Amino acid sequence: MIETHDVYYTYPNGFEALKGVSLAIETGEFVAIMGENGAGKTTLIKHFNGLMKPTRGSVVVDGRDTKKVTVATLSRDVGLVFQNPDHQLFSETVEDEIAFGLRNFGFDDKTIERRVDWALNLLNISQYRTTSPFILSGGERKRVALSSVLSWDPKIVVLDEPTIGQDYLQKERLRQFIMQLNTQGKTVVIVTHDVEFVADCKPRVVLMSKGRLLADGSSEKILTDDKLLEEASIIPPQVAQLFWQLKFNNAGREIIDVYEAAEILAREIRERMN
Amino acid sequence: MPIIDLKNVTYRYFDVEKPALKDLDLEIDEGDFVIITGPSGCGKTTICRCFNGLIPHFYNGELSGKIVVAGLDVKETQTSVLSQHVGFVFQNPENQLFALSVEKDVAFSLENIGLAREEIVERVEWALEMTGIIELREKAPYELSGGQQQRVAIASVLAMKPEVVVLDEPTSFLDPLSAKRIFEVISSLNKDLGITVVLVEHRLDLASEYANEAVVMDEGKVSFVGTPRDVFNDRDVWALGVGIPKVTRLGHYLKERGIDLGGVALTPSEAADLIRGYMNR
Repeated sequence: MIETHDVYYTYPNGFEALKGVSLAIETGEFVAIMGENGAGKTTLIKHFNGLMKPTRGSVVVDGRDTKKVTVATLSRDVGLVFQNPDHQLFSETVEDEIAFGLRNFGFDDKTIERRVDWALNLLNISQYRTTSPFILSGGERKRVALSSVLSWDPKIVVLDEPTIGQDYLQKERLRQFIMQLNTQGKTVVIVTHDVEFVADCKPRVVLMSKGRLLADGSSEKILTDDKLLEEASIIPPQVAQLFWQLKFNNAGREIIDVYEAAEILAREIRERMN
Repeated sequence: MPIIDLKNVTYRYFDVEKPALKDLDLEIDEGDFVIITGPSGCGKTTICRCFNGLIPHFYNGELSGKIVVAGLDVKETQTSVLSQHVGFVFQNPENQLFALSVEKDVAFSLENIGLAREEIVERVEWALEMTGIIELREKAPYELSGGQQQRVAIASVLAMKPEVVVLDEPTSFLDPLSAKRIFEVISSLNKDLGITVVLVEHRLDLASEYANEAVVMDEGKVSFVGTPRDVFNDRDVWALGVGIPKVTRLGHYLKERGIDLGGVALTPSEAADLIRGYMNR
C-alpha cells in the first residue's frame, strides 16, 4: 500500500511541483494518474520508491516511511519505469541491461538467467537479446526498460507513460499484461496522457492539476465529466465526445468503451427513428 | 513531378541482417500532408532518415535504389544543402534545441547558411509568428514546456523556408491538448504556406483529420496508400495493428448491428453528423 500524507515538493529552483497531495493506493489496485504536462505526476511517482523525498508531509510504502529506508530497499518492492528509456538504459546488450538489476539485488546466476529469459519473452524482445539497446527504436527501448524492472518481480509496478511510441498491438499486449499483473495481486500505477488507453483499461483514475489532486474515481466517471476534463486540460475519449455531440444522455451511463457505445447507440438510434 | 520520389529503396543498418526498408517505392506530391504510420519496427523512422540524407550520410549501412527529394538526389547531395529544402523535427525537442534563447535557436541555422543579418531577423520574426511563440523569443528553451519547445523546433526548421517538413512522432511527449496545438501549427504550414508535410504518427485519433494522404508501412514496405478515410476504414489495415480512431471503428461495429452510416468518420463530430444524417433519412 502506498500512502502520501499532505505531500509538498519544491524543486531546488523554487518550483513547487506538489502542493499537498494526500492519496492512498491499496495493494492490488490499478491506478492511472492523469493530468497535463507539469501537473506533478512524475514528481509524485518518484516519491513512491523514495527517489524523491517530500519537502513537507510523508510517503509511506507498506508501512515504511520513505525518509527512513534506502531507495535500494524500496526499489526491490517498487519498480519504477521512467518515461524516457534513455534515462534508464546504459548496458551494452539488452540481456546485460536486464541482468544488471537482478545482480544488484543479489540473485544467483541461475535465477538471473531464468529471469532474463522470462523478461525477454514477456515483452517480445528475445530477438534483441545480444543487441545494443541504443540501436533499437524508441518503442523497443521502452520495452527493454520495462522488462528490466519486471525481471525482479516488484510488488508494486509504476510505469511513467508506458504507451509512448507503442503501436496498437503493443498497447493491447501491454494492457493484457497489466491486467495479468493486477490479477496476480500486484499493484499497478501508470502515469499517462493516453486517454484512449485508459478508456480500454478502465483503472481508477487520479486526476492532477498544478500540483494538486483534482479528482479521484472510476475511469467511467472521470472520463465522462466534461467540466473536470476541461479543467485538467484533457481531451475526452472519442466515445464520450460523440455522446455529447449527439446530445444523447451519457449521464449516469458513463460510456467510454467503444463496444458498449456501439451496443447502446444501435439501440438508441433505432428507438429514435421509430 | 512528385517532391519526394523513392524507387526500389532497400536499406540495411550496419551489422543488422534484416533490411529496414525492402525494395520500397513511394511518391509524395508537392503540397500534400501525408501521415506515415505502421507497426513498431516497420521502417517509418528509417524512411524519414532517407528524406533528409541522414541515411546514407550519417548512418553506416547499405543503401540501394533511388531517393529524390525536392529535385535533389539524396545520395549525391550534402546534408547541409538538403537541410535547406527538407526540415526535420524529432520526437524529443530537447535533442534539437541548444541555444540560450528561443530567438538564437531559430536564427542558428540561418547564420550557418550565411544569410544577411536583415534577412535573418525577418525570417526569425516570421517563423516565431507562424508558430505562435513570438512572446517566448527571449526565453531559454529549457524554461519552456514540452509543447512550447516543440514549437521552437518547428520554428527553427520553418525559418529555413524548406519545401518539405518531416516530423517523426513530434507529439509523443506531449499531453493531448498540446499535441493538438502542434498538429494545428503543422496544418497551417501546409495550408497557408503550401509546405509538403510528412508526419510519422501513431496518434491517428488526433492527427488524421489534418492529412490528405495516409501511408501504412509494414515490414519495410509500403502496404497501403490512400486518403486517411479509405485507409483507416480498411479492416486489413486494422489487422496490422495500426491505432485506428475509435469513432472509425465504431462505424464498423454499428454496421455489424445493422446500422450502415454510409460514410467514414475520423473525428467524433464527423461521426455525430453521420449518425444525425442516418436518423433523418
